[in-house]
Amino acid sequence: MSTAVAGAIPRNRAGPGRLGRGLQRWVVPVFTALAIAYLLVPIAVMIAFSFNDPPGRFNFIWGDFSLAAWGNPLGRPGLERAITTSLGVGAISTVIATTLGTLIALALTRYQFRGRSATNFFVFIPLATPEIVLGASLLTLFVTSAQEPIRSLTGGAFYPLGFQTIVIAHVMFNISYVVVTVRARMAGFDRNLEEASMDLGANEWTTFWRVTFPLIFPGILAAALLAFSLSIDDFIITNFTSGTTNTFPVWIWAAIRSNLPTQVHVIGTIIFVVAVGLVLVSTLWQARTNRAPALNR
Amino acid sequence: MRRHRWLIPWLLMAPGLLWLALFFVLPNVQMLAMSLSSGRVGDFAFSWDWDNYTSALTRFPDNFRNSVVYGGLATLLCLLVGYPLAYGIAFRGGRFKNLLLFLVIAPFFTSFLLRVISWQILIGDRGPLLAVVRDTLGIVPANFTIIGSPLAVVAGITYQFLPFMVLPLYVSLEKIDRRYIEAAKDLYAGPWRPAGWIAGGLVGAAAGGALMLGLGYATLAAASLPALLPAMAIGGAIGGLVCGFLVSESFVRVVLPLSLPGLFAGSVLVFIPSIGDFVNAELLGSTKTQMIGNVIQNRFLQQNDYPTAAALSFLLMAAILVAIIVYARVLGTEELTGGRAA
Repeated sequence: MSTAVAGAIPRNRAGPGRLGRGLQRWVVPVFTALAIAYLLVPIAVMIAFSFNDPPGRFNFIWGDFSLAAWGNPLGRPGLERAITTSLGVGAISTVIATTLGTLIALALTRYQFRGRSATNFFVFIPLATPEIVLGASLLTLFVTSAQEPIRSLTGGAFYPLGFQTIVIAHVMFNISYVVVTVRARMAGFDRNLEEASMDLGANEWTTFWRVTFPLIFPGILAAALLAFSLSIDDFIITNFTSGTTNTFPVWIWAAIRSNLPTQVHVIGTIIFVVAVGLVLVSTLWQARTNRAPALNR
Repeated sequence: MRRHRWLIPWLLMAPGLLWLALFFVLPNVQMLAMSLSSGRVGDFAFSWDWDNYTSALTRFPDNFRNSVVYGGLATLLCLLVGYPLAYGIAFRGGRFKNLLLFLVIAPFFTSFLLRVISWQILIGDRGPLLAVVRDTLGIVPANFTIIGSPLAVVAGITYQFLPFMVLPLYVSLEKIDRRYIEAAKDLYAGPWRPAGWIAGGLVGAAAGGALMLGLGYATLAAASLPALLPAMAIGGAIGGLVCGFLVSESFVRVVLPLSLPGLFAGSVLVFIPSIGDFVNAELLGSTKTQMIGNVIQNRFLQQNDYPTAAALSFLLMAAILVAIIVYARVLGTEELTGGRAA
């Protein structure tokens, strides 16, 4: 590109020596690779220790290779119930949060209105609030709702704590993530397609379902996947709002004082593999839908 | 219908905003009221009881200090590891960029607790790390342990929140127009010497000293100078070499200033969850390394001392709100939410 110029003028006052140039070429890629390895090591440990037969009650020290836990992944008291709860909470809260969040994202990207940037800011605050504050404040609300007169007004819906309060909490923290994700995917949206649809006689309702929705659906799906995985993995907020109900992370937290069975690593590995698989499938699928309009052009 | 078009966005947003109002805003108002109440579970009464705040501020000085020190050190370490990582992906990632970014967020596909448990295994007394540095290489004394020390807690927090540093940094580095760097080179930007040696040496020495002091391996007393000075010397040497040989003038004058928004965003996104964390301190630390989050969760879930716990949470929340507002004033709300999205 500018090699001729660069060749004619000595570019650096004191260029790096051969050693310096070699370093510059290799240090950054090597560091990047090491840092990524560092990020992945704990995952590798989790997977490896799912094949462990630990010498004690805690799966902390490598004993022998064993497939026992994989053959009986739910074989601990309360574990199956905790996982069922996790999946139930994840499914319900994902559907609600994705719906509510997508509506907000639509409003924020498609309309100019007073209060838009204030809303942007308001939706961001829960993301920046420490989880412990989110959980603690919900617990405060739920516990106060057990006092009269609020108790009669709410019919005791929020106390005692349980499945319903976990769902409420998960929807709350997931709405903001959905808004941010869907909004980011809608940034490159071509409004001309909607106008074309209207010019061809479709009303707003038809245009939305036949043009807009199919185009933003990959973004919504990505948001739903994110919401589901955040819900399945959440511990801190759930710990505050679950009462005596256990989700998978809360079950681990309760168990870890007395024992840490290998099954925990097995379930963790399964969740990891499924989550990565789903993300890869949705990414590939999205890459295909993004290419499609280009082919028709 | 036409006349009421302005209503449409609000109608779309109503259900979601209502949910957030009921289960995010209202709980925080409730918590503020609780922090000024007295009584026990079942009959709290609002009483302008400011004693909760006095007690929150005076009874847990160690926990506040631990939160700020560990959170600060974790942010520093995330920056030192995260900046080169984000730079490497943005500038040298080539066609592997998306794959590398995916690997950066891969830890999020496992439970937070399981990641902490993996670190318990890795740095445990009979774990692989100590087996190498203590038993095989003998770099540290035979009775050296990591679990239970501030080092373990800070290492855990650094690991957990590193992706929050890398992602916004990557976004702002990726946006930089490469022609600016070409231009800087054409304008005779060379290696950053000798200024880099000095700047890097000072920053490295400061970082080394901060780590030793913050992790409790040294104090400001003269007796711990033998521990403090070598750490500062090593930090200074590394910093000086890196800045003298690897960092160019075009980086210092073009890339670094343009990446500042990402650097601020990443620091805030790491620092906020760090100071509120209690899981790392609980599973990797000891009773001496408890942070403010440990106190909050203990008061709420074990002691049922809601008023004090609410006062503590509210102080945490207020501090963070101030940070966000300052941040939004500097960078604007779109930048703020956009950085998190990426």
